[in-house]
This record gives sequence, structure tokens and C-alpha cells, in this order.
Amino acid sequence: MREARTQIAKPTQRPLHQRIMRRLQKHWQLVIVTIPFAWLLLFFLAPFLIVAKISLAELAIASPPFTKMIEWTDNGIMTIRVVFDNFTYILEDDLYLNTYLNSLKISVTSTILCLLFGYPVAYAIVRSGPVAKPILLFCIILPFWTSFLLRVYAWMGLLADQGTINNVLLAMGVIDEPIRMLYTEFAVYIGIVYTYMPFMILPLYANMEKLDGSLNEAAADLGSRATNTFFKVTLPLTMPGIVAGCLLVFIPATGEYVIPDLLGGGNVQMIGRVLYNEFSRNSDWPVAAAVAIVLLLLLVIPMMVFQYYQGKASEES
Amino acid sequence: MQAKRSRFLTVMLTLGLAFFYVPMILLVVYSFNYSKIVPVWGGWSLRWYKELFESREVWSAVSLSLQIAVVNATFATILGSLAGLAMVRFGRFKGRTLFGGMIVAPLVMPEVITGLSLLVFFITLNQLFGWPSERGFATITIAHITFSMAYVAVTIQARLTGMGQDLEEAAADLGAKPFKVLTAITLPRLTPALISGWLLAFTLSLDDLVIASFVTGPGANTLPILIFSRIRVGLRPDINALATMIILVIALCVAVAAILMFRQQRADQRDRKMAEGEEH
Repeated sequence: MREARTQIAKPTQRPLHQRIMRRLQKHWQLVIVTIPFAWLLLFFLAPFLIVAKISLAELAIASPPFTKMIEWTDNGIMTIRVVFDNFTYILEDDLYLNTYLNSLKISVTSTILCLLFGYPVAYAIVRSGPVAKPILLFCIILPFWTSFLLRVYAWMGLLADQGTINNVLLAMGVIDEPIRMLYTEFAVYIGIVYTYMPFMILPLYANMEKLDGSLNEAAADLGSRATNTFFKVTLPLTMPGIVAGCLLVFIPATGEYVIPDLLGGGNVQMIGRVLYNEFSRNSDWPVAAAVAIVLLLLLVIPMMVFQYYQGKASEES
Repeated sequence: MQAKRSRFLTVMLTLGLAFFYVPMILLVVYSFNYSKIVPVWGGWSLRWYKELFESREVWSAVSLSLQIAVVNATFATILGSLAGLAMVRFGRFKGRTLFGGMIVAPLVMPEVITGLSLLVFFITLNQLFGWPSERGFATITIAHITFSMAYVAVTIQARLTGMGQDLEEAAADLGAKPFKVLTAITLPRLTPALISGWLLAFTLSLDDLVIASFVTGPGANTLPILIFSRIRVGLRPDINALATMIILVIALCVAVAAILMFRQQRADQRDRKMAEGEEH
């Protein structure tokens, strides 16, 4: 109390750094919120709004290569110009439409494959002993940390015409000439399932770990067969894990660029790759921006469902 | 769930682990292959490692990537933990919904969109203010901080909720001011989460290709950009050697992080047991 009084009496006599520290102590909560908030507004929201703006402009021979949204004429009249041509162009053009559909086909199929193979693996880990469990979990997480690019590269070595799989099959006499696997859609599926599998297994594991085993026992005591118990008890209870895992695979897989480029070559069209090429080679910014916005619109519902589950999960814990 | 593992599950688990590890093991084995054509075996050799260590291009990419990763991890940990603190401990404040949304959004945003919008943003900034006149270290670092801080924030949020507020409330009851509670109680207890957050941000940065390729400029090649430009053409034995080195380094980092997290979990369990014991 005494300290506070002296401060009021002679506020100018305190050295600057002490005054700053006092200020900071008084408003520290505000500072803590403001710094990350400002960063995200500047480097996340603002860039995104600029892209949205460009998607409503026209291509122009200028730097940057698009028309201005707001222009002032000489007599002080402001004109706002918004065109939806880029969007109608994308939706009427077969190339873009097919690419969107193909991306969705590939990401949905890979998500289902991840679920089919990931579910039993997650279930097996949950049912492992107390010693094996953390080790197995670590084995699932480890590839998730090793470079994404290198995991894709590893499959290039396996799938190539002169790659390991073909070499083994040739040596065993199963085939007479190499099967073409690299630079096909098949390779893209393998790549996506391989790299995104941990995203499926981990949420499933987290969900199954919390399940009450006595429900299964009760079902068994009441004469339910194992398959019946699985479909009536286990599967419905693990639904939150399934939803989270599927979204974590589906969302990034739809916009994937590296896998279709390295494993699909030029033969597999996915929207992430088209977007990248559109922007870097053709430098048609307005169309590229519109392609990005449409991709985001495709993913916005799955993203919101994910956020909803994320929020619910953090409230529960 | 302590029931026994059925045979089907054991088979699936084995297949799953084989699916994960066989490609990586082959990648490592072929890095010691003398032959220039990767999948054709030409005897054991360290030839590609020698070539790798002598390549100036590789070293400058490694150095750039490490610099970006360290700066990124440090800033992302600071910003991410501030964001996590604000979300968990400050109750409701103005703009909390927007803030929460912006924290989670970079986690689910497709990389191509994040990269594209940041590039457009940097070009716009340059035209308006003359900065950044050159894209490279600074622009990549800013881009990486923006998405890694989201991962750190989520980690910290989970840790803060898991920790509970009992100790902080006790300190406040004993007369500690909120700022003192933060520095004397909350931050020390967060340390393991801060370290694992830092490591997470560090590896995320080292791993990123797409966003970095968008926001980089001529001459500034990070390691993933260099690797990508080489393997686009096909298999290369020197990349196998490089991959082996990277896997080794990352495995070490993950092991450290795992040990830290495991210890933390045990400490949590102990705290919880003690708290329960006092109640009964």
C-alpha cells in the first residue's frame, strides 16, 4: 500500500524501465492477448482477405497482374468493381471441374482406406499390454515426425519400373516385365494412405482408450456374439474418433500437392497441383485465387465440423 | 479395455507396422549402395555420404533450414503459448471466437492456400511499403511461425486444461497477484509442454515444402526445396544418404520429446493420485 502511495506522489521520479514494468504488470493480460492476436490478424487473416479480393478482380497487364477493386475517378467518384467471371470460368471449364471431382474422389477413397486399415491397428494397440502399448504408440508416431517428403520419396524407390517391388517380383518369376506403378493413380493412393495413416490412428486410439471395457463384457454376458458386439457397441462408441480421424485425413488430402506431383507425375490431376502450377507458371492471379477460394468452400463444412469436435473435446477434458 | 488381442488384430498390427517401416528401412539400406541406379545393388559403400558432405549446395540448404527452424520454433513457442494462455485462462474476452477460430484454422487450412495467400500478401506489402524487397529467410520464417504457433497453442491449451487450476487458485488465495501466479506457478509447470512445443515447431519447419516454395525467392533454397527439386526428376542415391541423416536427427529429437512427455504424464498421474488421496 505504501508503495502505491509513493508512486502517486512522485510518478515522474521513477526510472523509465520501472514504469514500463509497472504498466506491464497492470495490463499484462491485454498484452498476452494482443500479441498473438495481432500476428494472426496480420499474417493469417489479412493475406486470406487479399486472396478473396483478387478472386473478384480481372487479369490485367500490370503489376500486380489484376484490376483494382476500388478506383477513384478524377471528379472524386469512387467505383467498386467486382467480377465473378473467374468463378463462372472455373465452374464451366471441364479441366477445373474434373480436377475438383478427381481430387475429391482420391481423397474420399484414401480416407476410407485409412479407416479400414487404421481402425484395426488402433484397436490392436488399445488392447496391448501396459509395456507394449507406449512402445507401439511411439512406433506409430515416429514416421509421423520423419520428413513427409522423404516418406513419399521412399515409395518412389519401391514403385519405380526398376524399383524394389518390380525387382522382387521379377526375380521370383511372378511377372515377366515390370508393372507400371509409379506415376499412376495407384501410386497416389499408396502415398496418401501411407503419409496420412497416423492422422487416422492417433485420434482413433485416443477415443478407444477412453472406452469402458465393461460394456463389451456385458454384451458378451448377455449372449451377444463378437461381431454383433462390435457393430452394436464398439463402433457407435468410437464414432467421435472416426469422425476426427477421417477429417484429419480428408481435409489435407484434398488439397495435396506433393504426392500427386511426385508419385502421380503428370498423369494424376489434383487441385492442389493445378493451383500451384496455375500460379507459378501462368501467373494468372485472379483465376488461381478463385481456384483457392472454391477449394476452401469445398472444405469449409468438414473444417467447421472438425472445429466443433475440437471445441467439444477440449471442453470435456 | 483390457481384453485380449485377437489374432486378427495382431496380424493387422504387424502388417501396419511393416507398411510403415519397410519403405523407410529400404530407403536407409539403399543409401549404402555403391550403384548409381538406386534400386540396383552394387555393393556396400559410403560413396554417397562422401558426395553429400562435399556438396556446398546441400550444406547451405541445411544451414538455411536450421536457422529458419530455430527462429521459427522460438517465436512460435512464445506466440503459441501466449495464445494458449489467453484461450484457457482468461475466460471470455472480446473477439475470443475469432481468435479461437484463427488459432485452429492454420491446422486444417490446405498448405497450398496458406502458401498462396502469404505470397500474395508479401508481394502486396512490398508494393505498398517496399518491404520485403527480397523473399527468403524472413518471409519463410514469418510463414512458418504463423502455422507452427497454431500447433504450439493447441499443445499448450491441452496441457493447461490437463493441469487444472488448483495450484494457481491456492497461490491467489495466499495473496499472490495474477502476474506473480503466472510467473511463479503457471510458467514453471508449463516448461515440459513448452519444450515439446518448441521441438514440434522446429520439426514442422524443417518438414515444410509447400509453403516455403511459395514464399521463397530466387537463391533461397531450404532443404526440402532442394530435395524436391532433385527427386522430381527421379531417384538419386545422394538423396537416400541425405534422407538417412535426416531420419537419424529427427529420431533423436523425437526420442527426447517422448521421454519428456512420458515423465510429464507420470508427474501428472502422481499429482492426481495425491490430490485424490487428500480428498478421501
